[in-house]
Amino acid sequence: MPLLEVKNLQVRVEEREILHGLSLTVNKGEVHAIMGPNGSGKSTLSHVIAGKPGYEVTGGEILFNGEDLLEMSPDARAAKGVFLAFQYPVEIPGVATMTFLRTALNAQRKARGEGEYSTPDFLKKVREVAARLNIPQEMLRRGVNVGFSGGEKKRNEVLQMALFEPSLCILDEMDSGLDIDALRVAADGVNALRSPDRAMVVITHYQRLLNYIVPDFVHVMSKGRVVKSGGKELALELEASGYAQFEDAA
Amino acid sequence: MAAVQETVDRVRRIDVDQYRYGFETVIESDKAPKGLSEDTVRFISAKKNEPAWMLEWRLEAYRRWLTMTEPKWARVNYPKIDYQDLYYYSAPKPKKQISSLDEIDPEILKTYEKLGIPLREVEVLEGVVRPEGERRIAVDAVFDSVSVATTFQKELKQAGVIFMPISEAIREHPDLVKKYLGTVVPTSDNYFATLNSAVFSDGSFVYVPPGVRCPMELSTYFRINERNTGQFERTLIIADKGAYVSYLEGCTAPQRDENQLHAAVVELVTLDDAEIKYSTVQNWYPGNSEGVGGIYNFVTKRGDCRGNNSKISWTQVETGSAITWKYPSCILRGDNSRGEFYSIAISNGHQQVDSGTKMIHLGKNTTSRIISKGIAAGVSQNTYRGLVTAHRKATGARNFTACDSLLIGDKCGAHTVPYIEAKNSSALFEHEATTSKISEDVLFYCVQRGLSQEEAVGLVVNGFVKDVLQQLPMEFAVEAQKLISISLEGSVG
Repeated sequence: MPLLEVKNLQVRVEEREILHGLSLTVNKGEVHAIMGPNGSGKSTLSHVIAGKPGYEVTGGEILFNGEDLLEMSPDARAAKGVFLAFQYPVEIPGVATMTFLRTALNAQRKARGEGEYSTPDFLKKVREVAARLNIPQEMLRRGVNVGFSGGEKKRNEVLQMALFEPSLCILDEMDSGLDIDALRVAADGVNALRSPDRAMVVITHYQRLLNYIVPDFVHVMSKGRVVKSGGKELALELEASGYAQFEDAA
Repeated sequence: MAAVQETVDRVRRIDVDQYRYGFETVIESDKAPKGLSEDTVRFISAKKNEPAWMLEWRLEAYRRWLTMTEPKWARVNYPKIDYQDLYYYSAPKPKKQISSLDEIDPEILKTYEKLGIPLREVEVLEGVVRPEGERRIAVDAVFDSVSVATTFQKELKQAGVIFMPISEAIREHPDLVKKYLGTVVPTSDNYFATLNSAVFSDGSFVYVPPGVRCPMELSTYFRINERNTGQFERTLIIADKGAYVSYLEGCTAPQRDENQLHAAVVELVTLDDAEIKYSTVQNWYPGNSEGVGGIYNFVTKRGDCRGNNSKISWTQVETGSAITWKYPSCILRGDNSRGEFYSIAISNGHQQVDSGTKMIHLGKNTTSRIISKGIAAGVSQNTYRGLVTAHRKATGARNFTACDSLLIGDKCGAHTVPYIEAKNSSALFEHEATTSKISEDVLFYCVQRGLSQEEAVGLVVNGFVKDVLQQLPMEFAVEAQKLISISLEGSVG
């Protein structure tokens, strides 16, 4: 059974159809890149999978491990193993990152019927993961993303990914706002999480990111559909020729 | 109703004049008859075995109250209160004199537990002796207007601290009470304070002698039990020269159908170099989802920094009541005195909050700080109303005010009404205000990480109010944090 099956998905936002019958199948262990120009519906797809309010699904379905994802609340989806790394992670003033991580992790565990982490166990786990990602302890005491640099925000996303151990990671424009060094650190963190039990969907404008996170499959989106799929070489092809060739295909 | 009728009959039989000078009473009924009259005032005074001067003080207030009208300037709406349709005094069932805490009704102890009062305080109530050296809290429990338990008296006595129900203080320390009662909130102050002066039932009295740091946090739990019983608490706290005391007040009330009037008065006095820290967590019944029921809370709280270099700090977490009308204030009379006001006011459902503070700078080089966090959800209205004023002789007065409002949903309202008056050109007043909506993006971020909508709101709001929560003593901060999440339940769809 595929991990994620998007079948003929149609989505509207305020009366305007953004996705016109999109299909995508992702198996465990695979890394898929979704590329496409602005407005092609890449972010919409990631939001709909994660369950962001404001989108109306008018047709099609999304199955996650064979279960109907669209029937689940966003927090239930998270507990099932859907993780969205945000393009622009939000700031939550006054809430220490450590508190946030613990609250979220325990909420997920509780939803799955697992026991909550004890404080020492949790601290041990966070410190271990943070050290791997080169995240200083001091950062964990600050408010969630408050005053974080672009690179720190993205590393915080990767930290959460590592901590929550989701089976599906969707990375929405992870490269935006990052310089090349910050990008490398974040990408290394992501690569360390690649595993046969986990799939990743990497959404990006640019081929650049895919030099660091090398995909198994590349899909090109245009005007709300997947117009071409291929292997990693497709990304290079796009880099050379641009998206214009697909505008007509859509 | 037989009991009430009996009371009425009994009161009718009483020749009130016999109590004018007396300290004795034959009244054993536990409730004053409905309505307010001079007889009601005399009844309460007699129930409390009060000396004549106290009765006179009450009667004077009552007569003045008759000439006053209810204030209407606050941004709150409620049906007209029929002051003759309320009970002004009720006590728990008559009990013998309590010599030890073991004699307290287990049902009452159970109620404390249900209210989520920290285990440590329940232990205190149950008379559990904790090891030496641990920080302790003295609890003077107020159940329906009458203190039923006072703990740690011995240790406080050793320190010279007087902590007792004000009704006892009136009898045992008349000089202190006479010297300070009504000097911060005069009997003529405002409609509700005047009413309180006439009919106050009980409350706490604290006196910390010169140079003494009170050895423990003082804590009082108020609770409203009896249907239709107005609550008129009166609290007076005096920190003599160089003294320090931290006082914690927490309130809850069970669900009820009819609106209840609560008009408390709290007076604080600090002499030279003294400090009082007064913290409140208030979560009275706010009414049901249609806005029916709930407590009307008209409170006058004021502190007088009477001495030089003295300090008064108010911290409040207001989550309950249908109507909140409350402005804990500081009169900065002594030179170099300091006033602080830290507030979290949460309104949900149909609640209406009109709360804030007054910082009245009279002395030289006085400073004040106001941090107010208002959170409105449901169809509630949340108003911050504040006054910062500098007298013409208050050279070097300084104030910093930050008022932040957070809106949850699109049917509630947040309002900020700051009054600023500087009659001295050297005064430096700063005012910052923000109003924001709880962002959909922030909520989605949290739920994507596995938090439910309500957990997400609770988390974001607790972050928003963190600066104020930090001002609370530890035990209260934890309780308050839980309370904030509970009071916002159902605020998101």
